[in-house]
Amino acid sequence: MSAEYLKESASQTAGPYVHIGCVPSFAGLTGMYGGNDLGDTMITGDVKGERITIEGYVFDGSGAPAKDALLEIWQADAAGLYNAPTETRGQADPNFTGWGRQPTDGDTGRYRFETIKPGAVPYPGGQMQAPHCVVWIVARGINLGLNTRIYFDDEADANASDPVLNKVELSARRDTLVAKKSGNTYTFNIHLQGEHETVFFDI
Amino acid sequence: MTQTAKPETGAFSPRDLDHQPPAFTPGYKTSILRSPQRNLVSFENTVSEITGPTFGHQMLGELDNDLILNYAAPGESAIGERLIVHGRVLDEQGRPVPNVLVEFWQANAGGRYRHKKDAYLAALDPNFGGCGRTISAEDGSYNFRTVKPGPYPWPNGANDWRPAHIHFSVFGHGFAQRLITQMYFEGDPHIALCPIVQTIPDETAIDALVARLDMDNTIPMDIRAYRFDIVLRGRRSTLFENRLEGN
Ligand SMILES: [Fe+3]
Repeated sequence: MSAEYLKESASQTAGPYVHIGCVPSFAGLTGMYGGNDLGDTMITGDVKGERITIEGYVFDGSGAPAKDALLEIWQADAAGLYNAPTETRGQADPNFTGWGRQPTDGDTGRYRFETIKPGAVPYPGGQMQAPHCVVWIVARGINLGLNTRIYFDDEADANASDPVLNKVELSARRDTLVAKKSGNTYTFNIHLQGEHETVFFDI
Repeated sequence: MTQTAKPETGAFSPRDLDHQPPAFTPGYKTSILRSPQRNLVSFENTVSEITGPTFGHQMLGELDNDLILNYAAPGESAIGERLIVHGRVLDEQGRPVPNVLVEFWQANAGGRYRHKKDAYLAALDPNFGGCGRTISAEDGSYNFRTVKPGPYPWPNGANDWRPAHIHFSVFGHGFAQRLITQMYFEGDPHIALCPIVQTIPDETAIDALVARLDMDNTIPMDIRAYRFDIVLRGRRSTLFENRLEGN
């Protein structure tokens, strides 16, 4: 093989009209792709696990909600397995895709995922990570998609020993990664900038 | 070296952030309030970053990769310069990345998007929607038909115009490879003037986003071709593991 390496293509902002390409029905192009926006439905059948809603806002540095953002989440099933060919530990729940994509609402700025509570997955070396979703955020004004994680506030013990959360040196900042439970709904607000800036990862 | 049939499951090479636009780019004003100011926190890839969603060719409709026809009334077609856009999805080792979803969207030939927030003076084309998708083949190749998008003005500086461009969203095999970018056209003088293009600090990185006219794949009397390759992050070398298996 050649020793010559290519460079990853440079990112460019998703722009204000990302919806046309990624969630065309939401953008009003209701005839495209059979009227289904890819990633809108994560639960495709009789899923195992606890059904939950994750919702919140993406706030900019002035505290205004971004009304043109797009979020994707990727998570394990209830048993901690990913629905992916590169999952080598077992067969994931066939009724759960593990991947969701949602825009923030054009009027309110709120996003919402209907999903299940993920199971725990291992960290390299074998220690377990606390249950989490990985999150990717793109929008106008974001030059390179932002990576963060959603943890769950009813997993306090697992969170306390989670190796990724413990990479965050200021313990107060770890709270920016923890969704707050009320009933079956977890609230997870993302702050792009400012006093409550969410922890973003270089993965 | 031993070849195994197992899918590659290694961690990805670290992202070269010098080759990527920084978050805070005041020439592109919207980035000012939407750029994180604290350092990104690094950690080694876990199974959550190494795996990612995959999509099957069976989900594609016949016209998903034909923007000339996929929103047009029967017997009609989109207005504009007819183009084939094609290329390969590769990783940083130059290897094809097969079976990954590639989505694209763009303005019409006049520079207008079919979006309720786009109020530009240019007319909508009733036969042009502006989105499409495909899945890369075994050799990493992809292609679609479209019309050349027009440049358009945007509120940033007093007189900023976007170069003609097509937005791309690309999946890899791992969530850490997820990428959104834009493709430009060879020879467009707006490339050098655009504050969004110029968020990229490296000239060679900008040049890699510029599609080349491809006369070899142009179909005479029908449609011109442009070539655009996309490079996703590669996995770390697993030479050491392979040698162990070969022993
Ligand atoms: Fe655009």
